[in-house]
Amino acid sequence: MKFPQRRLAALASVTLVATMGLSACGNNDTSSNGGSSGSGGGKTTVTFLPKNLGNPYFDTSDAGGKKAVDEFGGTYAEVGPDTATPDAQVPFINTAAQQGVKALVISADDPKAICNAIGTAQSAGTKIVTFDSDTSPSCRDLFINQATSEGIAKTEVDQVAKQIGDTGEIAILSAAANATNQNAWIDLMKKDLAADHPNIKLVDVVYGNDDDQTSFDKTAALLQAHPNLKGIISPTTVGIAAAARYLSTSQHQGKVALTGLGTPNQMREYVKDGTVTSFALWNPEDLGYLAAYAAKALVDGDITGKTGDKFKAGKLGSFTVGDGATVLLGDPFVFDKSNIDQFKF
Amino acid sequence: MTTSTLSRPEGRTRSYAAYGRPLWRRVLLTRESAVIALLVVVLVWSNLNVVGFDGPLTLYFLFLDIAPILLIALPMTLVIITGEIDLSVASVVGLSSVLVGVLHHDAGLSIPAAAVIALVVGAVCGAFNGFLVSYVGLPSLAVTIGTLALYRGIAVGLLGTTAVTDFPQKWTDLAQQRIGTSSYPVVLIPFVVLAVLFALLLHFSPFGRGVFEIGLNNEAAHFTGVNVERTKFWLFVMTGAVSALAGVYYTLRYGSARGDNATGMELQVIAAVLLGGVSIFGGRGALHGVVAGVVLIGALSSAMRLESITVNKINIVIGVLLVLSVISTSFLAWVSALASARTNRALRPGRRRPSAMPQGKESR
Repeated sequence: MKFPQRRLAALASVTLVATMGLSACGNNDTSSNGGSSGSGGGKTTVTFLPKNLGNPYFDTSDAGGKKAVDEFGGTYAEVGPDTATPDAQVPFINTAAQQGVKALVISADDPKAICNAIGTAQSAGTKIVTFDSDTSPSCRDLFINQATSEGIAKTEVDQVAKQIGDTGEIAILSAAANATNQNAWIDLMKKDLAADHPNIKLVDVVYGNDDDQTSFDKTAALLQAHPNLKGIISPTTVGIAAAARYLSTSQHQGKVALTGLGTPNQMREYVKDGTVTSFALWNPEDLGYLAAYAAKALVDGDITGKTGDKFKAGKLGSFTVGDGATVLLGDPFVFDKSNIDQFKF
Repeated sequence: MTTSTLSRPEGRTRSYAAYGRPLWRRVLLTRESAVIALLVVVLVWSNLNVVGFDGPLTLYFLFLDIAPILLIALPMTLVIITGEIDLSVASVVGLSSVLVGVLHHDAGLSIPAAAVIALVVGAVCGAFNGFLVSYVGLPSLAVTIGTLALYRGIAVGLLGTTAVTDFPQKWTDLAQQRIGTSSYPVVLIPFVVLAVLFALLLHFSPFGRGVFEIGLNNEAAHFTGVNVERTKFWLFVMTGAVSALAGVYYTLRYGSARGDNATGMELQVIAAVLLGGVSIFGGRGALHGVVAGVVLIGALSSAMRLESITVNKINIVIGVLLVLSVISTSFLAWVSALASARTNRALRPGRRRPSAMPQGKESR
C-alpha cells in the first residue's frame, strides 16, 4: 500500500535532479566566457602537473619551476593526483582548461591517454609543455628533454675513465636485458670507449633486472669472475644503489670505482663513506626551472615550438628549440661529495 | 516497500491511516533527499563562488569523468541492496579495456565486435562471481576480493606493461562527443537508458521487490517465494556486463587500453552508492539517491580542483562526507522515530498504530 506514493516521490526527485541539471547547464553557456577569461588575468599563470604528488623527484623539479615563475612574476600552482596513472591526471588537465591557465607543465603518465584532454586544454588557449616524460610529439607544444642518450653515455664513460685513470677492466650492471633505454646507452658507451678510451676494456655486461637483490648478487658475481675489475657502470638507479651497498661492505670498497645514474637520496651515504666518488643524473630543479621559462616564452609568443626558436631561461642562459619541438636541458649533472647535500630527492 | 502486495477487498475502507508519517516528511526526511539537497547546495554555491565552475567545460568534464562510476553504480546499487558486494568491478573494467585493445590491435576486429566480446566476457566474469556467491554459497566479500585480483591479473597478463593506443579516431571522438552543442557528453545517453531500465527493475518490478526482501531477510525472502539464488546470480551478471561496458567507454575516452586502467575504481563506486543512501547491510536504497551521490562526489571534486585544493584534502573531504552520511542514517531514523512517537501520542494516546511497523526496517 505504500508503493504508489513512494514511486511518485522517487519520480519527482529524479525529475527534480534532471531539471536542475538542465537549468544549470543553460545558465552556464551564457555566463561562461566571463569566468574563464577572468581567471587568467594579466599574469602568466603556470600550473605544474607532475606524475603524482608526494614524489621527492617532482618536489624538487616543481620547486625549480616555482623559482622561475616567481622570477618572471607569474602565478605558480602545482596540482596532481596521488597515484601516477593517466586517468587520474586527466581531471587536472581538464581543470587547468576550465581555469584558463596560460601554460600547463606536465610529466605525462602515458604518452597517449592524456592527449585528448591536452587537446581540449589547447583549444581553450592553454600552452602545453611536457618535461621528464613526454607525450606523443603531436599532442604538446614543447618537450623539455632532461638529457640525450649520447650525453648520458658520454658522461658515464668520462666519469669512470677519470676515476680509474683511463686504463683497466670495467663492467656494466644494467637493468633488464631488453630495456630499451639502457641498451641504447650501452651501445653508445661501447662506441665511445672504442673511440676515445682504447685502454679501457669492457669485460662484461650483466643484468640485474632493476631488482635490488638480483643487482646485489650480480655485483658480487661480477667481482668474483673478474678479479682485476677496476670499475662498474650502472646506468640504472636500482642497480647503482644495490652495487654500492655490496661494495660498501666488501673489501673492494674504494678500490673498485662505481658510477652510473642514481638519485642523491639513494646514494648519499655511499658518497659520504667513499664507496662512490661521483655519479650522474640530470638536475630536476633546473629541469623544472627551464620548463617554466619555456612555458612563459610560449605564452608570450617569443617561441612557437619551431626548430631554431631561441629563448632565455633566467640563470640557465639561452636555449634553442631542437627537432621535434624539444629543448635539451644539457649534459647530465654530476653529483659528488661537494654538492650532494643540496639535493633532496 | 516491504509491505504486502496482496490486494485488499474492494470497497472496504481501512480503519487506520495509510502512512505513519505525512507525505512531506516521508519525502523530505530521507537519505536520498538529503543527498539531493546537498548536491543542490554544492552546485549553487560553486556556481556563485568558484571561479571557472560556471564555465561551459565544467559539466562536460564532470560527466565525462564520472560516467564509468555512474554506469557501474546502477547494478552495484542492486547488489548492495541484497546485502552483497562486488569488489571486482574495476578489475572487470581493466580486463574489458585490455580485451578491446588486444582484439582490435592484434586480432584486427572492429571496435563494435571487440566491444561485444568484451561485454560477453564481462558478463561471464560476473556469472563466475554470481555462481560462487549464490550457488556455492560463499560470502561475496571473499569471492570478489579474489576475483578482483584474478581479473586484474588476467588483464595485466594479457597486455603486460604496454598500452594499446591506436584506436580509430572516429570511435575515440565518439566517446567524447557532446549531445548537440550542450554540455552533456553522448555517453549520458546509454547511461540514462540503463538508469531507466534499472529503476524500473528495482522500484517497479517483482524482481526488484525480491531484491529488497533478500536484503532485509534472506530466509524470509526465500519463504515468500523469491528465488534468492537466481536473483543474486543475475545481479552479478548484470554488474559484470555493465562494468565491461564502462571499460569499453573508458578505453575509448582515454584512447588507451592498459592493464592498470581504472585501478581502485571499485571503492569510488561503492563510496558513491553508500553516500547515495544505500544501506551496506542491505534492504534499503533508491537509485535516484545513488545517482545524486555519484554526481555529488564528482561536483565536489571538480569544484575543489578548481580552487586548487590538493588531491589529499579532496580525499579527506569526501571521506568525512561519507562517514557523516553513514552517521546521518541513524540520526535521521532517530529524529523520525521521535517525531512519529510524538504524533502518535498526541493523536491516540495509549494505542499502537499498525502502520508504524515498517519504519523500523526503513531506518536500517
